[in-house]
Amino acid sequence: MTKMNDPLLRVDNLTMMYGDRIGCKGVSFELRPGEVLGIVGESGSGKSTLLRSISAQQEPTKGRVEYQTRIDGTRDVYEMSEAQRRLLMRTDWAFVHQNPRDGLRMNVSAGANIGERLMAVGDRHYGNIRSSADNWLGKVEIASERLDDLPSTFSGGMQQRLQIARNLVTSPRLVFMDEPTGGLDVSVQARLLDLLRGLVHDLNLAVIIVTHDLAVARLLSHRLMVMQQGKVIESGLTDQVLDDPQHAYTQLLVSSILQN
Amino acid sequence: MEQTVNNPADNTSAYNFAYLDEQTKRMIRRTLLKAVAIPGYQVPFAGREMPMPYGWGTGGVQVTAAVIGPKDTLKVIDQGADDTTNAVSIRQFFAKTANVATTEKTAEASIIQTRHRIPEKELREDQVLVYQVPIPEPLRFLEPRETETRKMHALEEYGLMHVKLYEDIARHGHIATTYAYPVMVDDRYVMDPSPTPKFDNPKMHNMAALQLFGAGREKRIYALPPYTKVKSLDFEDHPFEVQSWDDECGMCGARDSYLDEVILDDKGNRMFVCSDTDYCSERQDAGHRGQQHHDQPLGGPKSSPSSEKAAE
Amino acid sequence: MSEMLHAQNVSKSFTLHTQGSVTIPVFNDIEFSLSAGDCIALTGESGSGKSTFMRMLYANYTCSNGSINVRHDGGWLDITTASPHAILDMRKRTMGYVSQFLRVIPRVPTLEIVAEPLVALGTSRADATAKARGLLTRLRIPERLWQLSPLTFSGGEQQRVNIARGFIADYPVMLLDEPTASLDVDNRATVLALIEEAKSRGAAIAGIFHDHETRDAVCTGSFDVTSFKVGAND
Repeated sequence: MTKMNDPLLRVDNLTMMYGDRIGCKGVSFELRPGEVLGIVGESGSGKSTLLRSISAQQEPTKGRVEYQTRIDGTRDVYEMSEAQRRLLMRTDWAFVHQNPRDGLRMNVSAGANIGERLMAVGDRHYGNIRSSADNWLGKVEIASERLDDLPSTFSGGMQQRLQIARNLVTSPRLVFMDEPTGGLDVSVQARLLDLLRGLVHDLNLAVIIVTHDLAVARLLSHRLMVMQQGKVIESGLTDQVLDDPQHAYTQLLVSSILQN
Repeated sequence: MEQTVNNPADNTSAYNFAYLDEQTKRMIRRTLLKAVAIPGYQVPFAGREMPMPYGWGTGGVQVTAAVIGPKDTLKVIDQGADDTTNAVSIRQFFAKTANVATTEKTAEASIIQTRHRIPEKELREDQVLVYQVPIPEPLRFLEPRETETRKMHALEEYGLMHVKLYEDIARHGHIATTYAYPVMVDDRYVMDPSPTPKFDNPKMHNMAALQLFGAGREKRIYALPPYTKVKSLDFEDHPFEVQSWDDECGMCGARDSYLDEVILDDKGNRMFVCSDTDYCSERQDAGHRGQQHHDQPLGGPKSSPSSEKAAE
Repeated sequence: MSEMLHAQNVSKSFTLHTQGSVTIPVFNDIEFSLSAGDCIALTGESGSGKSTFMRMLYANYTCSNGSINVRHDGGWLDITTASPHAILDMRKRTMGYVSQFLRVIPRVPTLEIVAEPLVALGTSRADATAKARGLLTRLRIPERLWQLSPLTFSGGEQQRVNIARGFIADYPVMLLDEPTASLDVDNRATVLALIEEAKSRGAAIAGIFHDHETRDAVCTGSFDVTSFKVGAND
């Protein structure tokens, strides 16, 4: 049994080098079940590189990523076999891309998009798969009658919600999000934020969310890591980092927000 | 053991036996051995240019050329028929370059090269069935990256195949894929059975004959050794089913064979006939008659059914 | 009465890196204690740092020095050194904070926002919603607004939503930043009643009140932050 306070994910001294250039350097942290960690920083600060390295999409130059699997105990994700790692990535993990087109199959229906992960883990009952897909469509506030429609007929906000449903259908415990509200209208963003907040709470999801939007970070994350030039320069409680920033760069970042 | 056909009657003596040079045939045979050893697995091979365009069965022809010997008897069918341009051309090609006997009778053939059908008559252990394959990769429909599909095969990640079937049911209420219907081979590899109708899928299962698949353009060979388990993919609540017809063959009265619909005129008259011409004529020879048969000297549906109807 | 919060030798300064790294000292060596049943008014002139100190008590601002211990989970938690997890847990179960700002996700209905702290503590959604209805009624938020986001409300209405949210869970420690500012007479009376009820159930309260009447009505003592201002005793 996983105890509530045991870390679900432990990242230790993670470094990603592109030749001489630093992608990210010396990043360490732990994430608990149900905890939302925001990673903020400007474009090119290494947020996305870090996210890819943590989420087993790009093997880091140095460092470890350990995950507490459901059955196998704590495992270094880069020491697993590729088969195990890919299984983990499509069952207990989820990845929400900024551009829903990167995370959806645009040439099959919404239902098939949601059902794919279920079929990938061996679900072979069409009726059950379809009703799960329908149920998830409801959870992300898309009408049932759109179940057989292609994602290309959906608006950007709906596509993003569909991507979330497609990812959460296997009840993952860890979700990676790369700018999930980027590219959406402000009103659509609000709806998505509300939805995400509800799902995170109801499903006790651990989330690592990369965003350059400090307002999004404030509303969704418990803790923040601020990155600059590949390094974490400040981290801590979200409101502490945003309201009483210590590092020069964080102060600059916070003072650059437009007030409404 | 160079074998050259010496037939002074024409000038084919310049060609090696069965057109391909011995080294190429060896290379293909090695590929075939590997394919037989790993049923359903697509083995890449260095496909050669053949004296016919891609899409005319260059993959199947290369496989046939690699396995055929002087004592073999070759049958070639296209959509079940022995008399289409494609079938006739390939049969003549081997008659010329290998000087082998050819036949239209399933039972008499030792090698049967086919496009789109498996003969209705049950095949035997001493026969080889060679399929012409246009697109060997069953996952291609949803995953365009070859690197990714190879990985998916390696790791047995086949959820995508069911996504395709799911989509069928969602759109049509049933699995509407009627040909190139994906199968699981030996509980391991998902395989595209080439564009045969799914009617023929059950025949692949536990077949006594060796089944070889050649894709010329994509340069892949795969195989089913005799008596291999072949299961058509499906859902628990939408089990695999083969096509069935309300009609019987208009010529031979068969109810158990794959039927082609033939439009007879512009007034909506039509008939159904066996797609397997040999099966149909054999039944007619044995005295079976369909409702549109007129007891004329037989060519069966091989001779144009519409002209027969017109003779009425 | 049992002590619930204890600040010791607390200092605070801000370093403004964006303005030539100038360091602005704020407090030196604050000693502050809060016990169950207390309602202590933080006093000092405008700009003296009352809100800053309150934010330090909530761990919203860091301390440059010293310790702030909060009785939490049967022990003392030093929030100047505690992990983010521990602080979040302390905020969830021990310390409530009514700020002057309403920071919520757009589109979420008022009723849900008010009920949320109780739901987070494990109360059923139905019970939490029932209590939220009661508080919103007492604070005179018309029922037709309950299903709307408070972001569309007037300043006074938002303030009352904030109060309802702050008082819904019976926190052992409560921090109130100008809870009665911009309220009319009736609503101010309601808030005073809520504070009295909290006191009588044994809550330890620290508050910033803009007017003497409110302060005199509910406070058991006061704490002048001005005396700890850097330079105050020079």
